[in-house]
Amino acid sequence: MPNSAPVCPVTEKHIRIALVGQPNVGKSMLTNAISDARLHVGNFSGVTVEKSEVFFDYKDYHFTIVDLPGTYAFTDYSIEERVTHDFLCNEAYDLMINVVDSTNLEKNLQLTAELMTMNKKMVLALNMSDEADREGIVIDYEYLSKLLGVAAVRVSAAAKLGIGSLIESVIAVHEAPYQEPKLVFSEAVEEEIGLIASYLDEHRFSAVISNRNIAINLLQNEKKTYRTLHDLPLWTELQPLLIEADRHIEMHHDTDDVKEVFAEEYAAFIRGVITETVRYTEQPVEKKSPTERVDDLLIHPVLGIPIFLFLMWGLFQLTFEIGNIPMEWIDAFFGWFGGTVGATIPNADIRSLVVDGVIAGVGAVVLFTPNIIILFIGIALLESTGYMSRVAFLLDGFFHKFGLHGQSFIPLVTGFGCSIPAYMSARILKNDSDRLLTLFIIGFMSCGARLPVYVLFTGAFFAPSVAGNVLFAIYIAGALIGLIAAKVLKMTAFHGQDEPFVMEMPKYRLPSVKLIWHTVLTKTLMYLKKAGTFIAGASMLVWFLSSYPHSHEIEAAYGAKIEQAADERAAAHLTVEADAAQLEQSYLGRIGKAIEPFFTPIGLDWKMAIALQTGLAAKEVVVSTLGVLYAVGEGVTETDKTLISAIRTHIPFASAVAFIVVIMLYLPCLAASVVFTREAGGIRYFIYLFLFTTATAYALAFLAYHLTLMVTGAPALLPH
Amino acid sequence: MRQTVKLTECMKGCRATIVKLHAQGPLKQRLVSFGVMKGARVELMGFAPVKSTVEIKVGRMRLALRKEEAELIEVNADAQ
Ligand SMILES: Nc1nc2c(ncn2[C@@H]2O[C@H](COP(=O)(O)OP(=O)(O)OP(=O)(O)O)[C@@H](O)[C@H]2O)c(=O)[nH]1
Ligand SMILES: [Mg+2]
Repeated sequence: MPNSAPVCPVTEKHIRIALVGQPNVGKSMLTNAISDARLHVGNFSGVTVEKSEVFFDYKDYHFTIVDLPGTYAFTDYSIEERVTHDFLCNEAYDLMINVVDSTNLEKNLQLTAELMTMNKKMVLALNMSDEADREGIVIDYEYLSKLLGVAAVRVSAAAKLGIGSLIESVIAVHEAPYQEPKLVFSEAVEEEIGLIASYLDEHRFSAVISNRNIAINLLQNEKKTYRTLHDLPLWTELQPLLIEADRHIEMHHDTDDVKEVFAEEYAAFIRGVITETVRYTEQPVEKKSPTERVDDLLIHPVLGIPIFLFLMWGLFQLTFEIGNIPMEWIDAFFGWFGGTVGATIPNADIRSLVVDGVIAGVGAVVLFTPNIIILFIGIALLESTGYMSRVAFLLDGFFHKFGLHGQSFIPLVTGFGCSIPAYMSARILKNDSDRLLTLFIIGFMSCGARLPVYVLFTGAFFAPSVAGNVLFAIYIAGALIGLIAAKVLKMTAFHGQDEPFVMEMPKYRLPSVKLIWHTVLTKTLMYLKKAGTFIAGASMLVWFLSSYPHSHEIEAAYGAKIEQAADERAAAHLTVEADAAQLEQSYLGRIGKAIEPFFTPIGLDWKMAIALQTGLAAKEVVVSTLGVLYAVGEGVTETDKTLISAIRTHIPFASAVAFIVVIMLYLPCLAASVVFTREAGGIRYFIYLFLFTTATAYALAFLAYHLTLMVTGAPALLPH
Repeated sequence: MRQTVKLTECMKGCRATIVKLHAQGPLKQRLVSFGVMKGARVELMGFAPVKSTVEIKVGRMRLALRKEEAELIEVNADAQ
């Protein structure tokens, strides 16, 4: 009989694992340790806000690991909690790995107990065993396994210990039939569970799940079980039984909140299990832990905030001082490279495309890689040491006055790196109006891609000794304007209730060099990749638009003048003039001239206006556009060809200030705007954001421009 | 029996046992999921600037709370 039996030559075995646990227990790091992935890891709650899948093979199994956002309890209040909740309830997976922090089992097992009623195969990964060893915590894994009825494995994601046995035990649990975990409740609750279960038994009710477990879920008001049984005939008799049971339990616990009842039940159960299985060789007596000693200083009520500001100041100082050391070499390299490559290209137009377009544009962006790296290191340290939550704690009172939530600090700081993860990270805010408010001001935290513009301009206009301070001032100004904007928005658009501030403060951890290296390397490579692809493309476009059409009249007219020039200096001067005239009548020049009137009041000429517009695609393009525009415009006669000196000679100081203000405040780049629109929940929010940022940027740039003119006594830019 | 007090009425460094949570709804559930529940032991670690926020220790975990939330936690403070 052909074609009748299903043919399956290779039975591929798949295991799909959901990684569940409370926040900051090392789920993402464990995923990385198992599979060589590069998920984002950080020492605060709410690093992961979106599920991510990772694949790997082991023996003859294909594994899929789904790393989920951490959740303290099985609830669905905030978006990130909802991601986990919905995944566990609605999606297919074979098994959960419940990751817990071995140094804080009491709190972590609370979630475990909740998960134990979910009728899913489960392996308990007791992570951070290296820290547990250091803190003198000894766990009897076998006995713990036995008491819970769940396989328990000792692992350390950081030290890569126990990873092999974890996978082996996943396979063993996967291959074995489902075994119900052992939860034990207080006598009062057990009695009610017994009554309901035996009622179900008597009526010969049977499901995949044991009747005991159904009884537990009914008492917990678990929606799905409720819904299923609600439609059955036996419900009419079951319901009064349940009501009676609830009444007994609530009376016994002296509360009318089942969630609280069960939390207390689980806590009592867990305390029992821990007494049996965990030993503390070092009593945590009056001695202060290292974390507490560091905290004495870092979250000191008086010194805390000054210390934070000092550290930030130090970071920007380093960004400028150290970042600028290799700058000359990179600049020289691209100069040499452009010259060398240019010499091999006979065609003048193509040569200009490659040298003045691609190499000048990409070079201008790559130039700032060292600065970006230092900024990234700073952010990585903030994220991975545990300091982030401390600053949120310190600033909460202050933030609250401006209508923000202390935890907004986390997305806002992330915004100094890149706005995209920052928009995502705002998901940790439970309250929607807090979240929207934060989304609206994230753009005011200058992202890493804007750093090059600032470094370029501060480098051009200030002595190196103060440039770092100016850089710091720019960032602080952006943040302060963001706070004021938040206050205004809170009073007008987003009133809404104040959300409670309840946040875990993780212990301090010394991040490994490897972790920092990976984080920084990944981000830096992304920056360089963007320079080599997107920025190179954009530079070509800018080059094309600024080189064509080529006016032969101008060429002829200046050609004649140059020949009659009195000396070489005059000839050189004329050449520059000719190039400028060519540029002004190019496509880009014409566009620039058309929009210039709008920018004249804030002191920007058409080149700067164009650079701003291209920045809407990506902020790095601002520098590359300036690079191309000044390279094309300057021709070859300019003796000092660096971009910095071009900026210094061609842009008046007041205009530069206005330019910085706009860069600081206007619309984030295209990719970020897309993410913003998605996270905020609709295109109309994007329109608000556009209007809001544009109005703020324009008004403040106008103010800054005229104030600077007044102070410096320089004449205003006049319309041409 | 000693009198119970609000957690915020304790001094820095005081240790206490939680008697009752006066929070409601989601806030209560959040606190409970952090282990802040009846019978749990807490220690008041300190205040943030302007005293608007407090840091407490529950079990082995440190938790930051706003004053308004901490006021909802009724405790029985240990004798000093
Ligand atoms: N000492 C030690 N530290 C660890 C271990 N596993 C993770 N960490 C650290 O714990 C912190 C949290 O790690 P993550 O992997 O980001 O935690 P997570 O569970 O994914 O957190 P969320 O995504 O916020 O839910 C990081 O600072 C890690 O470096 C471990 O086994 N030992
Ligand atoms: Mg994570």
